[in-house]
Amino acid sequence: MNKVLMSGNNIIGEAAIRAGCRFYAGYPITPQNELTEYMAEHIRSAEGGVFIQSESEIAAINMIAGASAAGLRVMTSSSSPGISLKQEGISSMAACELPGVIVNIMRGGPGLGNIRPAQGDYFQATRGGGHGDYRTIVLGPATGQELADLTMDAFDLADKYRTPVMILADGMMGQMMEPVIFKKPHPRNYPEKFMLRGAGNGKSKFIRGLLLDPIDSEGHNWKLARKYAVIAQNETLREEHLTQDAEMVIVAYGTAARIAKGAIKRLRDHGLKVGLFRPITLWPFPEMKLRALSAGIKNFLVFEMSTGQMLEDVRLALQGYANIDFHGRPGGAVPTPAELANVVAKFYSKID
Amino acid sequence: MIIKAFFSGFGGQGVLMMGISLANAAMNKGLHVTYLPAYGAEMRGGTANCTVAMGDEEIASPVASEPDYLIVMSSPALSSFQNKVTSGGTIFINSSIIEARPLRQDVQSLCIPCTDMAQELGNSRATNIVMMGAFVKKSRIVTPDIYLKSLETIMGSRKKSLAEINRKAFAAGFDYVKD
Repeated sequence: MNKVLMSGNNIIGEAAIRAGCRFYAGYPITPQNELTEYMAEHIRSAEGGVFIQSESEIAAINMIAGASAAGLRVMTSSSSPGISLKQEGISSMAACELPGVIVNIMRGGPGLGNIRPAQGDYFQATRGGGHGDYRTIVLGPATGQELADLTMDAFDLADKYRTPVMILADGMMGQMMEPVIFKKPHPRNYPEKFMLRGAGNGKSKFIRGLLLDPIDSEGHNWKLARKYAVIAQNETLREEHLTQDAEMVIVAYGTAARIAKGAIKRLRDHGLKVGLFRPITLWPFPEMKLRALSAGIKNFLVFEMSTGQMLEDVRLALQGYANIDFHGRPGGAVPTPAELANVVAKFYSKID
Repeated sequence: MIIKAFFSGFGGQGVLMMGISLANAAMNKGLHVTYLPAYGAEMRGGTANCTVAMGDEEIASPVASEPDYLIVMSSPALSSFQNKVTSGGTIFINSSIIEARPLRQDVQSLCIPCTDMAQELGNSRATNIVMMGAFVKKSRIVTPDIYLKSLETIMGSRKKSLAEINRKAFAAGFDYVKD
């Protein structure tokens, strides 16, 4: 497979189809429209592929829940306001233990906000978003290549844990073109017993989220909680960049982490020892890996394109272990590496 | 070393195609590359612009705060973006339809009557490729061979005659710029 130049939205679509996604439903919204467009154009070339432009975001999430119950690999995508509309359905998929991939190409918020890149949906994504005691696995890619790899991984994780998985990127990641090589996807490993295929001669199967008996429901909640504990134990991913000799480490994900890398290059040219810790899984957050860094590094700066959301996870990992500062650009503003370098240099000068 | 080029003009002039074709050529040369279009309420006749970043190292930000090259295809593009260019950078101007010239003294400017040249070749829609010929010659980031091969790949199996016009348009722009 050769290297190809593709936009982030198209990369997600291609990776999904290669990974065996055979049902996509979505409703248009900028800046993720090219993904819906790509699926409309290409999923029909895959055997059994179904594309539906649904009448709403709510319809789309419920359509993929249905197709997932019937045994297909499924995906829907939207951007911030549309993802809010999908939350009831995501909660329902978590309750019913239905695998599926939900893509959020974030834009400026709250409300309708604007269509510029932002990271204001971190809380919504990592805390579950919908109602009830549940979590979704959340992946935060930062390059075109990672969009491809993590999209394929998202389908495997969704099947492995029978849970919805969210890909959390932003307008920049969706619109930007980068070279990408698609890896060979793993063959799907999802037992037939979890699929509704008509009873035939066998026993009836039920997939449901309505559990009226509180004791049954409590048991179901604890069962989900045990599953989330296993995910938190086994599935964290992160990248560390120039942390070996660092006096200060920037914690950032997605587009913000790219900008941070550019800033770090400038800072290092001026002799400032700054590194980067980049969570790749946002839930589960790589808490212990971050805390381990605090054994040698006492100054951390969280940088987000929000008013400070991942900041809370960093505090849970580092409060009492190290100093934590914050710099944010919410609402669709994207700083340059030079601007961030200036900000970091100011914090750095206060280190004793 | 990272080089950034910013393309701007009217929607419909093929401004985004200029960026995509350059980005593909840079990728085929083995460079790191990002391409970022302006997106949103864009339309034919409105403004269109995009940034291509190319280099021998990982590219952090795809945004061009201070591009090395500015390629303007329309008058509003020149007035809006001439101040973005880094000092010592180069501005390529479609002088067929842009009368104004950069006010800055610290940048080099190259005037190429692309629209007229494309019309002489029989297809004004090749204006953007004439400009790319001039850009490739002057910037020396990619070779003409790599650029043309990349352009043909992304144009795909669309009309053969189009490939011929593009080659001619590219050559015209390339030859227009003197060493």
